[in-house]
Formats: sequence, C-alpha cells, structure tokens
Amino acid sequence: MTLALRLGLARGALELKMFVRERAAVAFSFGLPIVLLLIFGTVFKGEVGDTGVDFRQYFAAGIIASGIMSTTFTSLGIAIASERDDGTLKRLYGTPMPRASYFIGKTVSALTLSVAETAVLFAVGGALFGLRPPATPERWLTFAWVFVLGVTACTLLGVAVSGVPASGRSAAAVFNLPYLVLQFISGVFFVFGDLPSGVQQVGALFPLKWMCQGLRSALLPDALLAAEPARSWEHGRVALVLAAWCMGGLVLCLTTFRWKRRHER
Amino acid sequence: MARRPRRRDAGGMAETAVRVRGLRKRYGDVDAVNGVDLDVRQGEVFALLGPNGAGKSTAVEILEGHRRRTAGEVSVLGADPARAGRDWRARIGIVPQTSAENPQLTVREMVRHFASYYPRPRDPDEVIEAVGLAEQAGRRVGRLSGGQRRRVDVALGIIGDPELLFLDEPTTGFDPDARRRFWELIQGLAHDGTTILLTTHYLDEAEALADRVGVIAAGRMLAVDTPARLGGRATATARVSWRDPDGPRHIDTASPTQVVAELSAKFGGEVPELAVTRPSLEDVYLEMIGAVR
Ligand SMILES: Nc1ncnc2c1ncn2[C@@H]1O[C@H](COP(=O)(O)OP(=O)(O)OP(=O)(O)O)[C@@H](O)[C@H]1O
Ligand SMILES: [Mg+2]
Repeated sequence: MTLALRLGLARGALELKMFVRERAAVAFSFGLPIVLLLIFGTVFKGEVGDTGVDFRQYFAAGIIASGIMSTTFTSLGIAIASERDDGTLKRLYGTPMPRASYFIGKTVSALTLSVAETAVLFAVGGALFGLRPPATPERWLTFAWVFVLGVTACTLLGVAVSGVPASGRSAAAVFNLPYLVLQFISGVFFVFGDLPSGVQQVGALFPLKWMCQGLRSALLPDALLAAEPARSWEHGRVALVLAAWCMGGLVLCLTTFRWKRRHER
Repeated sequence: MARRPRRRDAGGMAETAVRVRGLRKRYGDVDAVNGVDLDVRQGEVFALLGPNGAGKSTAVEILEGHRRRTAGEVSVLGADPARAGRDWRARIGIVPQTSAENPQLTVREMVRHFASYYPRPRDPDEVIEAVGLAEQAGRRVGRLSGGQRRRVDVALGIIGDPELLFLDEPTTGFDPDARRRFWELIQGLAHDGTTILLTTHYLDEAEALADRVGVIAAGRMLAVDTPARLGGRATATARVSWRDPDGPRHIDTASPTQVVAELSAKFGGEVPELAVTRPSLEDVYLEMIGAVR
C-alpha cells in the first residue's frame, strides 16, 4: 500500500472519529434527511399520477439522493471551508503529509457517512411505508453505480466550492442555499414531471436531478415511467451527466484548491 | 525511539541552514519585508525581534514555504522553500503564530497522528512529556487551557524531529514556569544540534535562548548580533549609582571600576545603595526601534 493511501485511510478514520465526537454535526447533517423523511413521509399522501406508486416511496428515493448530497457536498464543503479558515489546512500543508492523503481521507469519511445515511433512510422508509431495497441484481447494479457516481460528483463539488466562501462562517450559507433550492427543483419534494418545464430544464443542469432519477430507476417499479417526463430511465444520460460533473469537479479541485486563507499568500 | 544527535559542523565547516538575500514581500503598496538579509548557521539559535507589524511572521512564513516572496534569494536547508517538496518538509518543524487544533481529538491522538506523517518521528509520549502535557495526554484538545493548547502546537512542531525548527512567538500565553520549561526544551534541542529560528517579544527569552538576535522594524533588519553585544551594549558606558547624604547620585563612565574604588575610599568602606548597570537588551532594543519610528 502506498504511503499516500495508508495515511489517507488513517485520516479517514480520524475524520470519522472527529465527526462522531462533534455531536451537533452528527445531529444536523446526518439527522436532517432522516427528519425530513419522517415529517414528509407522514404528511404526504396519495399516488404519483395514476401510476399506482405511493408518492412517499418516490419521495424516499429522492431523499436518499438528497442525503448523499447532504453528507458529501454540504457537510464536507462546510467542513473544508472552516478547516481552511481556522488554519487546519495550513498546518497540514506544513507537514510532509502527501497532499493526496487529505483528499483520500475526506473521500473515505464522506463515502462511509453516505452509506450509513442511506442505510438509515432505508430502514426508516421501510418501516414507515414499505420502501424496499433494489429487487433484482440488475437494479442493485444500477443503485451501486448511481450511488458511486453521485457520491463522487458531490464530494468533488463540495471540495471545489469550499474555496468560494470568504470565511468559515459564511460557508453554511454558500452551501445550504443551492442545496435547498436543488431539492425543490430536482424531484425530491415534488414529482419532477409535475414541475414547470422551465424549472425542469434548470434542475436538469445539476447532478441531484439525475441522482434522484437513477435511484428511482433502481428502487421503484417501471410503472412509474408513465410519470417520468422522458418516459424512460435514461440510464445513459444519468451516467453521462454525473460523469461530466465528476470531471468538472475534479478539474475545479485541481485548479482552485487552496491550503490557505484567501489573503494569506 | 532514541533521537539522533546531530553534529553541529558536519565536515568541519559550519554550514548555513538559512540564507536570505534581499528578501522582499509586497502587499498592495506596502513592503511588509523590505530587503532583508539573513544567515542562520547550522545548529544556531537565532531570535528575530521587532515590534508588531515589523514583518517577522511574513519573513518566517516565506522561509517555511507558506508564502511567496516578491523578490530576493532564499535558501533553507539548501532548497528554495517555494519549490521544496515532501523530503524537505520532513526536515523542518513549524510552530505558527496562530494555529488550529482539532478540539475533538485528545492530545495523544493528535500528536500520534502527526507523528505518522514523518519518516523518523520522535516518540509521541516522550514529546508530550517534554512539552509538559503528560497529565493532559488523554484530554480533548478543546478542553485545554490557552497555554496548554499552545504547548500542543510546540509538540506538533517537534514531533518530526526537525533539523530546523521555526517558532513564531512560541511562548505567548505560557505561565512563567512553563516558559522556563520551554526554554530548557529549546536548549536541549539546540544542544542536540537542531537549528532554531524563533520570533519573540520577550527580550529575556531572546537573551536566554539565542546565540544571535536580529532586530527587524518596518520590514528592515536594523541589526544582527549576539544578545550581549547588540547595539554596542558590551562597550556602552556604564552607570554607577549610589546614595549620598544629599540623595541619589549617578555617574555615566567608561571606567566604572575606578569610580567604585574612589567612592569606596571616600565612604571608607560600604557605599550606600551602590549599583553598576549597563543598558539592558530592552534598553538598546527600544532605542533602536525608537530611531525608526
Ligand atoms: N496577507 C496580508 N495582506 C496584507 N498585508 C499583510 C498581510 N500579512 C501581513 N501584512 C502586513 O505586513 C506587515 C507585517 O506583518 P507581520 O505579520 O509579518 O508582522 P509581525 O512582525 O509578525 O508582527 P507581530 O509581532 O504582531 O506578529 C504588517 O503591516 C501587516 O499588516
Ligand atoms: Mg507575527
């Protein structure tokens, strides 16, 4: 095992330890999607169009995608912005730690938390309104690649956007605003096909819409296709858009990542 | 793990650990560092003194590779810090003026983890002991006092067993006892051959630790000398003061011994409240700084 990987895994374990000990972070970023699922899962009623699919299951698939974005893009990005602001990054930069180890550590912790978040959402959704894990191996495969591409894209974007807020304190606003808006226009809180077409087009520019769609295709019956605007799961397009966001995010990370505060150079 | 003692002068000749020529750093239209030359020999303890905003941290952070210079030549352990890589970083230790701790980790977790970054680290428990945190080793960093947190910074700076250690106002917030213990720690490192470049506002600290001091103000190096000789201190006129029946008296003289002998004869023995003083490091420092203001 290379040194960078070994130290990266050690950092991942340390990050998780710090996360668990930071109770407020656990409660907020980890708990929010679960609370949303509980609240809306009991409030929402009815079926999606006349497809016979319980809207709460549609919503659950969306909230799983949203949970991935919460633990990767939002929490991760805010954490990096404040680590930059408080000098944690600068301190690491001053050591011989391989630079890649930092990112490996973040990826390990983001991935672990996403898996845990998803597992809890499945448990809650299953108990309350019969959300079931993927039914066939093919659907498991779909679930797996959508999950991995979604986590990767959102992680890279979280890292890239962490350089935008001027301080650690403004980071929460910078991250939560787009996260909140995307939840409304990507098919989490509302059925995507019911949104005005202009809103659909904006939503389709961002990864969350495609993560939701991919997860629906893995978790919900094909009867739902009648309510999908494209009348198809568009797997090729889901993969393409998410992969494009991964590439874009990676390029942004490599070109804009800073180890120091904005004016400290 | 036992520490490697380093010889002060490998190959018989004292090499230069830090060599700086014409260093300049510009922020907007202000020269934070304005043409500084500096040589720190291997194994030397060098202290940078200077008022707030003099450019000490800016200069030191350029040497650490944290900031880019506007102009000048810089060589630190034979490399340009702006381009140096991991191997070079493994040979230096940094205690920044302000820094972050991970409050959720314990002192031991933090020091152990940083040890894993270095190819030949010191023993974490030994380092924790050396900075006086043995009793707090299992406590979370967020629950330490300010001075104790500062000692964590020092521990992280020395955990890699550096050849060259940068300390930017390391003892800020230390109680007097902790400061003395810190001085002993630094003296021990220096004894083993570690080169040390520190900044401080405590002149007694510079006097106790440094082989040489440099005084920097408004980005310029005003003087470099041993603490005893700085600003002509060793050769400055001495002041002999005493009390006679009319009140306190003093004479500034180049030959204080003779004055004391004369006084002794005049008083026929003990001279009341006799004192011979030379300007303190603080006196010469304040005079130098005053000339710049
Ligand atoms: N990032 C920056 N942008 C603009 N000006 C800066 C920056 N960093 C430092 N300066 C300016 O450069 C000058 C030197 O600052 P520096 O921090 O090096 O001083 P210092 O000698 O370390 O002071 P202190 O004893 O207070 O720590 C100051 O006037 C400061 O305002
Ligand atoms: Mg400073």
